[in-house]
Amino acid sequence: MPEDLINSFMTGPDEKGRFGDFGGRFVSETLMPLILELEEQYEHAKTDDAFWAEMHDLWTHYVGRPSPLYFAERLTEHLGGAKIYLKRDELNHTGAHKINNVLGQIILARRMGKTRIIAETGAGQHGVATATVCAKFGLKCVVYMGAHDVERQAPNVFRMKLLGAEVIPVTSGRGTLKDAMNDALRDWVTNVRDTFYCIGTVAGPHPYPAMVRDFQAIIGKEAKEQMQAAEGRLPDTIIAAIGGGSNAMGLFFPFLDDKEVNIIGVEAGGKGVNAKMEHCASLTGGRPGVLHGNRTYLLQDDDGQILEGYSISAGLDYPGIGPEHSWLNDIGRAQYVSITDKEALEAFQLCCTTEGIIPALEPSHALAHVMKIAPELPADHIICMNMCGRGDKDIFTVARHLGFDMTGPEGRNVE
Amino acid sequence: MTRIDAKFADLAAKGQKAFVAYVMAGDPNYDTSLQIVKGLPDAGVDIIELGLPFTDPMADGSTIQLAGQRALEGGMTLDQTLQIARELRKEDDTTPIVMMGYYNPIYSRGVDTFLAQAKEAGIDGLIIVDLPPEEDDELCIPAQNAGLNFIRLATPTTDEKRLPKVLQNTSGFVYYVSVTGTTGAAAAQAADVAPEVARIKASTDLPVIVGFGVRDPQTAEDIAGVADGTVVGSAIVEKIGKGEAVADVLAFVKTLADGAHRA
Repeated sequence: MPEDLINSFMTGPDEKGRFGDFGGRFVSETLMPLILELEEQYEHAKTDDAFWAEMHDLWTHYVGRPSPLYFAERLTEHLGGAKIYLKRDELNHTGAHKINNVLGQIILARRMGKTRIIAETGAGQHGVATATVCAKFGLKCVVYMGAHDVERQAPNVFRMKLLGAEVIPVTSGRGTLKDAMNDALRDWVTNVRDTFYCIGTVAGPHPYPAMVRDFQAIIGKEAKEQMQAAEGRLPDTIIAAIGGGSNAMGLFFPFLDDKEVNIIGVEAGGKGVNAKMEHCASLTGGRPGVLHGNRTYLLQDDDGQILEGYSISAGLDYPGIGPEHSWLNDIGRAQYVSITDKEALEAFQLCCTTEGIIPALEPSHALAHVMKIAPELPADHIICMNMCGRGDKDIFTVARHLGFDMTGPEGRNVE
Repeated sequence: MTRIDAKFADLAAKGQKAFVAYVMAGDPNYDTSLQIVKGLPDAGVDIIELGLPFTDPMADGSTIQLAGQRALEGGMTLDQTLQIARELRKEDDTTPIVMMGYYNPIYSRGVDTFLAQAKEAGIDGLIIVDLPPEEDDELCIPAQNAGLNFIRLATPTTDEKRLPKVLQNTSGFVYYVSVTGTTGAAAAQAADVAPEVARIKASTDLPVIVGFGVRDPQTAEDIAGVADGTVVGSAIVEKIGKGEAVADVLAFVKTLADGAHRA
């Protein structure tokens, strides 16, 4: 459908859980009644003032919202073009945007009388957020995490354990986020009565993509108001990194109908978007398929077998993307680009030294794209980028890539 | 009338319960897998469930998952899975073949192309785990129009309200999943299964076959006794996974079939 024929981009999904042709409910019969019940509960909660009052109270006093909108002055000067603002969601409790959504789902789970929460995690940020909120409410928490990710995100594994969660390393497949999601679904299909599956991104069967988006949309709502206060207008460009795409959807959604705002999603280009598939850029390098309950762009071979993506960032290492992003891509409302590991590492370092902010590797991808476009844009062009997570969890990975050995007592540069 | 309908009519005439065996196409490799499939009818198998390998079998336990990995590592494809059916059809035109798997390899091929190829290869029905009634327009309706049965799973979570929806576009038979969980899960008790089967049969004339958790001849007999037949998958696939000889795998299948047929 041509863009100018659509009155609003904010009405989706339809009653079948579709954004255009994407989304849907591709799950086994055992899970079907569960997701229908969840949809009913969520539809009710969505218009329930008491639900949102509880959310806002926790967002304010537990998470620390609103997160600041920060003018990155030295970064702006350094790049010498557009004016760059960072939406500081890395300052949230637990260090990323993930907790925005987890709170919503856990409040729902409590309303539904569920006592056991399961989650999948890649970088560990969603796992930590889920373990945190479960601890706060005294709920049992089981987190599935790819064995490969357990290894490269050791600090977050320990955090989850400190918070009382059980972390189950997943060895099937290549042991990354996709495989963790498979095992979480297997757990759910087995423990249907008492268990709530808290999905960390805007993917999965309906209503998850819409529900997670609605919980994350607080990012974009705040950014919009804060930008009005700071500049008296909307930003010209908004940018966010995308694995499954929850931080991006959260920032983008409130701006979808502001057609003058450019929207850019940044996928993980790994070692480069090429035939070897050493990347996680589902939109740039994949095609539509069905996985984990929804139809969306996927990395897959000619026979419809799902490929393992690759990225330096565990949080972006997923062969799919939220269905709403697939739709926004196809109708042209948002633009999707990819950034390589190398570019993300450069952005990571620049952010540390120019702004005193150690970013997570995920938003470092978004920042790398900002570095590409900002110098070419005029000084009155405003960019708002979502700094969706902090980099404490990534310093070991980054150290390894920069040739810095952190195993010794003082740490030493091996180069 | 499909081969599935004919088979159930035949079994009913003989007063016999159906024994359904699942194997993964291409496990552990194409040739061995073809030999096993060809031996199934003589081992007493009434209906063959032929697994289509998929990288992400979310409703399966580790046994079937590993079988799929073995098959894919051996280079198994959708075309070769269809070829196994074609080869069986050269020597057996009555044993129904039901392809069981996940939607993406089919969607990737293109639904219309796939249905034409499956029909031509001699496939009689489809069990596609991740296509609930809510997604019937995707494959279920086109498959029925192409003359293939679309067999749906009913589960312990399929309540009274939902059952009519599940049965609505189902044909061939109803596959009752006796436990919540993945394939290869804990065994079901015949006493628990009986009322569930009765509940489903009150709403449909289709045969009801019970699977998940059936691992030995005695359980096969007990479960078939309270339904129209039973399915064994993981227990057979386990033997294949251990590298047992084709003759030994088929001998084991025969003990299961005999068990079900005693019911």
